[in-house]
Amino acid sequence: MELLANLSIGIEAAFTPLNLLYCLGGVFVGTLIGVLPGLGPTATIAMLLPVTFGLPPVSALIMLAGIYYGAQYGGSTTAILINLPGESSSVVTALDGYQMARQGRAGLALSTAALGSFFAGTVATFLLALFAPPLAEIALKFGPAEYFSLMVMGLVASVVLAHGSLIKAIAMILLGLLLGLVGTDVTSGTPRFTFDIPELADGINFVIVAMGMFGLGEIIRNLENEETRDVFSRKITGLLPTWKDIKSITAPVLRGTALGSALGILPGGGAMLSSFAAYSLEKKISKNSKNFGKGAIEGVAAPESANNAGAQTSFIPMLTLGIPSNPVMALMIGAMIIQGIQPGPQVMTEQPGLFWGIIVSMWVGNFFLVVLNLPMIGLWVRMLTVPYHLLYPAILVFCAIGVFSLNNSTFDVYLMALFGILGYVLSKLDCEPAPLLLGFILGPMMEEYLRRAMVLSRGDPMVFVERPISATMLGLALIGLIVVLLPSIRKKREEAFTEEG
Amino acid sequence: MSGLGIRNQKDFYSGLLFILFGAAFMWIAQDYTFGTARRMGPAFFPIILSGILIAIGIAIAVRGVAVADEPMRGFTLKGLVLVIIGTLLFGFLVRSAGVPIATATLVAVAAYASRRFNWKPTLVLAIGMAIFCTVVFIYALGLPMPVRGPWLGG
Repeated sequence: MELLANLSIGIEAAFTPLNLLYCLGGVFVGTLIGVLPGLGPTATIAMLLPVTFGLPPVSALIMLAGIYYGAQYGGSTTAILINLPGESSSVVTALDGYQMARQGRAGLALSTAALGSFFAGTVATFLLALFAPPLAEIALKFGPAEYFSLMVMGLVASVVLAHGSLIKAIAMILLGLLLGLVGTDVTSGTPRFTFDIPELADGINFVIVAMGMFGLGEIIRNLENEETRDVFSRKITGLLPTWKDIKSITAPVLRGTALGSALGILPGGGAMLSSFAAYSLEKKISKNSKNFGKGAIEGVAAPESANNAGAQTSFIPMLTLGIPSNPVMALMIGAMIIQGIQPGPQVMTEQPGLFWGIIVSMWVGNFFLVVLNLPMIGLWVRMLTVPYHLLYPAILVFCAIGVFSLNNSTFDVYLMALFGILGYVLSKLDCEPAPLLLGFILGPMMEEYLRRAMVLSRGDPMVFVERPISATMLGLALIGLIVVLLPSIRKKREEAFTEEG
Repeated sequence: MSGLGIRNQKDFYSGLLFILFGAAFMWIAQDYTFGTARRMGPAFFPIILSGILIAIGIAIAVRGVAVADEPMRGFTLKGLVLVIIGTLLFGFLVRSAGVPIATATLVAVAAYASRRFNWKPTLVLAIGMAIFCTVVFIYALGLPMPVRGPWLGG
């Protein structure tokens, strides 16, 4: 039983008192910030990244993973209680969750979300443990041509499956790739696009880009129209589901888990696509479908399981191939690089403790979420009442100190401000910042693989289509682009992302 | 607007922005060695990328002239300017005056961007954050940042 042997390596790494503490801390802080208004998981993780730099790699990644699903769960809580989804993946949870809360069934909605997430997280963790090793083994055989094509496919898929204008997303990827090249060229030693500024010689730290575009950008966007939040003052009771409730959520949870796990692996997939797809599916096939949008418990159970499963399985391409499928995974890869780990298939064989430790810690983190959140719901409700106009200056301070602490460089703070302007202006022009961040992380890697592939092929670009795996991936990328550009499917795609019940 | 004109500001201006970025990267990259396909120089990849970016930028801008869409709304210049100035001031002050002063300044300037700005809670928040950050980041976490900069005789 290789799986059991591997899992026991992970248990050994994850179950040290210190790592358990970091996992718990990550889940707690993640939920705390996820509940606060105006900060999504990407900004949360970017903001807290500098805190983890001093930790050993395993602890740092365990904590970051904890922050991620904590933030996700926090987002669902606000979606249910005050109809304000903390982040995109809980938009559909708000549809039925908030209705349940208005009918006095907030406790049930919250426990359904927690239990569904826990079940989905457990299944997805096993899937991760099961599928990661064979995938990493295949990936170890990849040459530079395959890697380059894989990255092309990953980037294309991430925009095909995301919402918003496709052509603008591709432009954002290209801009990200270019910005990623700023700094000294590894092969020739030429400083590129540095304007003779010494701080740019090592390139732009991705934390600066992420905090500027997601942190500052989001704050400025929120200042456009400061909504007043309904204060949720009712006491939450009835947390425990009855047998009848459990029976009615079993099938939706199972379906949500299956769908979410599958979609999470896809580049660009992850939590958001999973939850939208699960809600649509459940609405179509549920016997209770006429109650959807009016407080159907199935409408909470399915997307909540799906988004947690998707969040978990999106670690598969990140851990085995070193390819980020969404901005959060891009940040995880950045964190690994800062810790001195080159992400890719070799991580599993060279650092089994790290690899399996992260996987096991995910299950532990999900367990913490259930035991932490249901009893502490009172605290989260109180956090909801923190007014935004007192919150965002504090967030700004954390961003500024975090960026300054990277290199003790004031230049980095100015650069973050610049990316804040860029992020805000681009988002006003309907250009989402997420593809830019993916391109930014992948830029230097793509150039390196392209270079190596061309050296090996003696300058013949046909190498990308002559090698079967590489050709398949480029073909898939091309099909993806064509399919989305077809008018009929384009319409469907837009509909799928505007599900408003 | 009839005839030729900008019917979709968001498309037109974003296209223009992409063209500008592409052109800037391409122009700067001219100074580096291009190399050959087999031995790519430092200019090779950036020039290909910026070429594609310019082409896509043109396509988006053209769409902005051809296809109508709702105009951009809700742009907050006040929010943008104050958040950015606050951040810049933080960078300017953090070394010369120290973390507490820089933190309090950032809080005060940024908070002014809100419609619900009120000087009393802002003052409390600014002082509170200054103390909190100094204690947590400098004394507890030991980050090498100045509490008092040269301006304050530190």
